[in-house]
Amino acid sequence: MTQLKELMSALDNAAKHPAQVINKCLEEKRLMIGCAPEYCPEEIVYAAGMLPVGLWGGLTSIKNANQYFPAFACSLVQTTLELGMRGVYDGLAGVIVPAHCDHLKCFGQDWKVAVPQVRFIPLAHPINRKLEAAVEYLKSEYSRIKSVLEEIGGQPISDQALSEAIEIYNDHRKTLREFTLIARDYCTTITPSLRHNVIKSGYFMDKLEHTQLVNGLIEELKKAPPEAWQGKRVVLTGIMAEPNEILDMFEDYGLAVVDDDLAQESRQFRTDVPQGTDPLEGLARYWSCMEGCSLLYDPQKNRRFMLKRMAEESRADGVVACIMKFCEMEEFDYPIYKKTLEEAKIPLLYLELDLVTPSLEQVRTRIQSFAEMISRKR
Amino acid sequence: MPEKLTSRNLLNQLQTRHYTNAYAAKIKGQLVGWATSIFPQEFCETMDLTVVYPENHAAAVAAKRGALPLLEQAESEGYSMDLCSYARINLAYMKSQAAEIPIPLPDFILCCNNICNTLIKWYENIAAELNIPMILIDVPYNHGYEPTPAAIDYIKSEFGECIRQLEKITGRPFNHEGFRKVMILSNENSRAWKRVLDLNQAVPAPLNGFELFNYMSQMVCARGRQETGELLKLLIEELEEKIKLGKSCYEDGEKCRVMWDGIACWPHIKHNFKAFAKNGINIVCSSYPEAWVLLYEPGNLDELAKVYSMIGNNTCMEYQADKREREVKNFKLDGILFHVNRSCKVMDFMQYEQQRLVAARTGVSIMNFDGDQADPRNFAAAQFETRLEALKEIVAHHKSAKKSKEVTNNDPA
Repeated sequence: MTQLKELMSALDNAAKHPAQVINKCLEEKRLMIGCAPEYCPEEIVYAAGMLPVGLWGGLTSIKNANQYFPAFACSLVQTTLELGMRGVYDGLAGVIVPAHCDHLKCFGQDWKVAVPQVRFIPLAHPINRKLEAAVEYLKSEYSRIKSVLEEIGGQPISDQALSEAIEIYNDHRKTLREFTLIARDYCTTITPSLRHNVIKSGYFMDKLEHTQLVNGLIEELKKAPPEAWQGKRVVLTGIMAEPNEILDMFEDYGLAVVDDDLAQESRQFRTDVPQGTDPLEGLARYWSCMEGCSLLYDPQKNRRFMLKRMAEESRADGVVACIMKFCEMEEFDYPIYKKTLEEAKIPLLYLELDLVTPSLEQVRTRIQSFAEMISRKR
Repeated sequence: MPEKLTSRNLLNQLQTRHYTNAYAAKIKGQLVGWATSIFPQEFCETMDLTVVYPENHAAAVAAKRGALPLLEQAESEGYSMDLCSYARINLAYMKSQAAEIPIPLPDFILCCNNICNTLIKWYENIAAELNIPMILIDVPYNHGYEPTPAAIDYIKSEFGECIRQLEKITGRPFNHEGFRKVMILSNENSRAWKRVLDLNQAVPAPLNGFELFNYMSQMVCARGRQETGELLKLLIEELEEKIKLGKSCYEDGEKCRVMWDGIACWPHIKHNFKAFAKNGINIVCSSYPEAWVLLYEPGNLDELAKVYSMIGNNTCMEYQADKREREVKNFKLDGILFHVNRSCKVMDFMQYEQQRLVAARTGVSIMNFDGDQADPRNFAAAQFETRLEALKEIVAHHKSAKKSKEVTNNDPA
């Protein structure tokens, strides 16, 4: 039991206080590279011997970033730029910024000017990702990033190091998949907030260490029989379920998170990088294999069916759409999956989230009403 | 004696014909496509396909004050008010077909994200809702000054895929000789359109910016067609005649020359026009109509890929600043009015830095206002008028400061 508590506390702390983890890295003189949302080739950074650090904004007010963004930019890019301008990321040797959406395209260009002390490493994924030519093109993008990292690190990145990094990352993905499955059976111990922090802590730790801790947590959890859960079960969908306070509200109203379709969480680890002889090609092909994210080209909108299936398989009582305010990618998908879930009679809650000016009491009322509604339903 | 055909009359005829022909084609059972405004039309023109442009249609709906019911309909279906208003209008129209100007529903859709990635999400929803094929030509964002060779290869491969899909949809083979002819014609029209835009470098400018927006619709809808060339030829003749006579587009002359940066505010276009005229400010150029100058060597697919990839919105900070700097110089601009367009994030989110860069490089006066391309609710007439007056005052101040500096410099004492 003590072991379980220690593991939970270590992971929870790392997610809540990333600076401590990062300071340790600075002391060890290990270079760090920031990885902006949502999909960066972290394996290349890792193979360079550096630590990839996830940059997913944070709860803060805007004092500087409004020199670049009007108020209607999503708070992920606003707060990340704000923190960058305040010097919070000065310890990073560079930051990789993908151009998944219009906000991120501009964010990268603005970063270049607003945070010149942290090197901007751009990345543009191919959207027509099922074409073989897309794999070739993305490989060329990754090859450029690899060269930049070699220049920063002062040493070449070997294919062997890349293959090893892919293996470590795939192992990490498998572990997190297992954790999210196990967490369903221990909804009292693994609260929504803790579940989120176990996953989030991986953005600030060496993946080997993180895998080890999460595996340890899984083992400790399994020692006790599955917990009976009297509350209701929900699936989260969207980019991310922050600020953290909202997850505490789920707990307050007896809602357990039994699965997620969040870009910050399961979308990162539900698919493995295909193994092959050319590791960069494998990484590029990974982009073609992923499915069900608002940032992935999906003309049939298969995401709606994946979400329905996810809710059914996890025996969820409802789905919560965590919509980052001003995130067009998610806002366009919403009416489509809303229809599918309505047809399947799966209750759906629309939560508009914002890291800059969160209306937490409004969110609380909505969560409370939803919890009451699904409690009456079944 | 029959009245002489003016370019404005001809434009109206062609635009009316564009929409009526599309409907007639649908009724006859022919396939109709919807395309994004800067999709490489060369492919569908070669296949002789009927294509209409939802962005153009949404703008027309908004200009005729028909946007609000459609916007509200989209919002009632779950579309956020923060989404692009063209998209909301079109996605609602797709369901209700309630608009003064009707367009037929599509059998296939063509999307190129050289303007924004919002288009992809919008078109995905059309494809999913109507269960029709979608052809996507993705041009990766140019974080460098121009596309990499790998990006060009990728885009060319998409061209091949586009042809394959069009052949499958129509059941007809692609005519490569016809393709070449369309490319030649499209370049002729692009050159003529560039000539129209460049003629406005004259002082006073012969054409006001609001008219530019109107003529632009022909370049959106039919830049690979013969009749567009005829329209542009007539327009060029009219403009050259005006320049010869030293005529301004405003009766009491042109007091101030500005660039309109961004898309027009279609629901309030009449108000905007009057406010400009009242202040003697003329829009002599705009970043918007220039996007349809697409010049390349016919038959050279590398160049075709590059030109469609390098649309302003798809380029980096430096490229955009260089382009604006050139425009300030070539068009002898006194100011730039930036439209902080609630709908168009990709235009807005680099705008503040663009303003600083261009002002520092050229000394041009800058002003911005909040608006929206098609949602009438996101615009305040009073703010617009105040900003316009302020721009006029700043320009006047700069001009007088410049003049007194010149006098001081020439003072022999």
